[in-house]
Amino acid sequence: MARSSVVSGAVIDGFTIGECVHRGGMATLWDVTRPDIAMPLLMKIPLMSEGEDPAAIVSFEMEQMILPRLSGPHVPACFGSGDFGRQPYVVIERIPGKTLYGRLGDLPLSFEETRGIVGKIALALADLHRQNVIHHDIKPSSIMFRPGGEAVLIDFGLSHHNRLPDLLQEEFRLPYGTAPYMAPERLLGVRDDARSDLFSLGVLAYFFTTGVRPFGESETMRGMRRRLWRDTYPPRKLKADYPPWLQEIVLRCLEIEPVWRHPTASQLAFELGHPDQVKLTARSERVDRDPISTVWRRRFNRGLTQPKPKSDLAAQLATCPILAVALDTTEGSEPLNEALRVTAQRILATLPSARLACLNVLKLGRVTIDRTLDEQGNNKHVDRLITLRHWAAPLKLDENRLTVHVLAAVEPAAAILEFAKVNRVDHIVIGARQNSMLRSLLGSVSSKVVAEAPCTVTVVRPTRAAALQSGSASSKSPDQVKA
Amino acid sequence: MLLAVFADIHANRQAFGACLDYARARGAERMICLGDYVGYGADPEWTVETMMGLVDSGAMAVRGNHDNAVGSAAESMNAQAQAAIEWTRGRLSAAQRGFLADLPLTLHEEDRLYVHSEASHPARWRYVQDSSDAARSIQAASAQITFCGHIHQPALYSMSSAAKMTSFVPTSGVPVQLLAGRRWLAVLGSVGQPRDGDPAASFAMFDTRSREITYCRVPYDVEAAAGRIRENGLPLWLADRLLVGR
Repeated sequence: MARSSVVSGAVIDGFTIGECVHRGGMATLWDVTRPDIAMPLLMKIPLMSEGEDPAAIVSFEMEQMILPRLSGPHVPACFGSGDFGRQPYVVIERIPGKTLYGRLGDLPLSFEETRGIVGKIALALADLHRQNVIHHDIKPSSIMFRPGGEAVLIDFGLSHHNRLPDLLQEEFRLPYGTAPYMAPERLLGVRDDARSDLFSLGVLAYFFTTGVRPFGESETMRGMRRRLWRDTYPPRKLKADYPPWLQEIVLRCLEIEPVWRHPTASQLAFELGHPDQVKLTARSERVDRDPISTVWRRRFNRGLTQPKPKSDLAAQLATCPILAVALDTTEGSEPLNEALRVTAQRILATLPSARLACLNVLKLGRVTIDRTLDEQGNNKHVDRLITLRHWAAPLKLDENRLTVHVLAAVEPAAAILEFAKVNRVDHIVIGARQNSMLRSLLGSVSSKVVAEAPCTVTVVRPTRAAALQSGSASSKSPDQVKA
Repeated sequence: MLLAVFADIHANRQAFGACLDYARARGAERMICLGDYVGYGADPEWTVETMMGLVDSGAMAVRGNHDNAVGSAAESMNAQAQAAIEWTRGRLSAAQRGFLADLPLTLHEEDRLYVHSEASHPARWRYVQDSSDAARSIQAASAQITFCGHIHQPALYSMSSAAKMTSFVPTSGVPVQLLAGRRWLAVLGSVGQPRDGDPAASFAMFDTRSREITYCRVPYDVEAAAGRIRENGLPLWLADRLLVGR
């Protein structure tokens, strides 16, 4: 195996080596340039001399396999790699700025700032999980932010790719990772559950809002294993003014059993994006840990925490989509809304972890001054929310699976598309406008949504019988949207 | 160079034909065949003839236990395999039998070893069923990458410089880079009689430049292959199992 002979000024595979910018326990980082790449670059070189931790080599191999497969704004772009045969390295985009580790001196942060930070990390995780990768080392020093605000995840040396060999699988007897952030199931050797990353993110959120690490800093196996049965103190115990919605989210992330956490990072991001709609359970109010009887049951009845058979990450994510139904609330739209409900019901029936967002667009005039009250003096926004909830009631969804949203917009299709993009909606269900004068004048909302949506779109029409009965529905007020 | 690697064709003309078409359409430059061209299936003449043509034009081929059994009564097999081999023996010409008998047990090319079964004792026809079998095979081979078949279920094993093993069931269509820092054993699925629950024919492509292996699944006319087995009076289970991939 070649010894590292990297010095400033040397050229490796066309990359000119600049300054060494970091020396860590596993690798060194160097500034590099290549004439054909304008972007600032970093070369990461693993430590591999005699007596080094074998984990440095295996972690490097994992990064070498995974980094070139990743794309998108939430990971550094990869520009090349070299093998152990000559000089091992990977060259990645240099993200400007510091990692989130630099904020540790500012803790605790405000609830609102933490919500923003954790929400961005959740979106980054959702994008990573979609690419079949579980990070397994989510902590402040693995997270950076682009100038535009997107979180960027770095350091994939402990990651698991669901479609590639897991080189860390049988390599070490102890789970590798960062002790305070490690999910309980990792201590049992589970490496294929994406919800392990949600646990780590919950630790980060708890730490950033309270200044205290929920499971301490113990790095002994014995110290770490306590989290398999002992839950942490609820944040409200440390901070009486802790918002219930945030405690609900954080404690859900920190659930010992992965199945009790948010099903996906997208769903966690969705909750962080809509704190007023977080369904509060007993978690949100707690000030004490679980009673000792519960803890002992967990400790000595380990059926729940036994390793499960290997799971397919993509298949698991596919069972927990975010579904958005765009509804019209005008008179005469009942047959269409009934058909929309039937379609939504069919989709939700097969996917018990899916969540549903009901959307209605309150159309604003381009020039007119919009009033929030209608002719009778009722608040239009609140009325619409009530109507949406009424529409969803027969679906009998658990409240933590349902949210309602009234979007005020000039362009209904643009508003629906923007909602889908920001909230990582996986599937839009929308009704098609029938035989309408408005359709020919305004164009079809559904066809624009179909053409431009970032996800699957189902277009629903009323049943033939219902369509015949209602004929061409007449009363349409200008601020109503028909798809 | 882009290699197409086939194992356990087992006289399944429909499956092998579909795999060859698939590999050629994707630019395969050289064919590597890991043995068991005959046995079980009902088109041994076509298959051996095709193999002879491929070898003439540069393909590499090693001998499997079923190929060996055609020329040697000493090879022990289960009753159905034995029945199929005796039937096969009567179908092949002397030249075809000679071709099979003359195939080597192993072939080396650059840093790669081609062999039908576990590589420590190729003539014992041992299966690679788990990491410990794979470790024995990797340690016995001097090559960095070994390609084998025999078990009819795809798997990919690696051994680190510290002799730690990893095992992996490959996802078809997803390339995996065989990193130079470790040694690899690529176990191929079967072209002509898959046994991992998926009836589609299984083989792999390997790019020697990027060192990426991609396991492939190719749907083929299973009914026709099963029909040929029934028409020729071979044991019915040999036809039925093709339909379920078991």
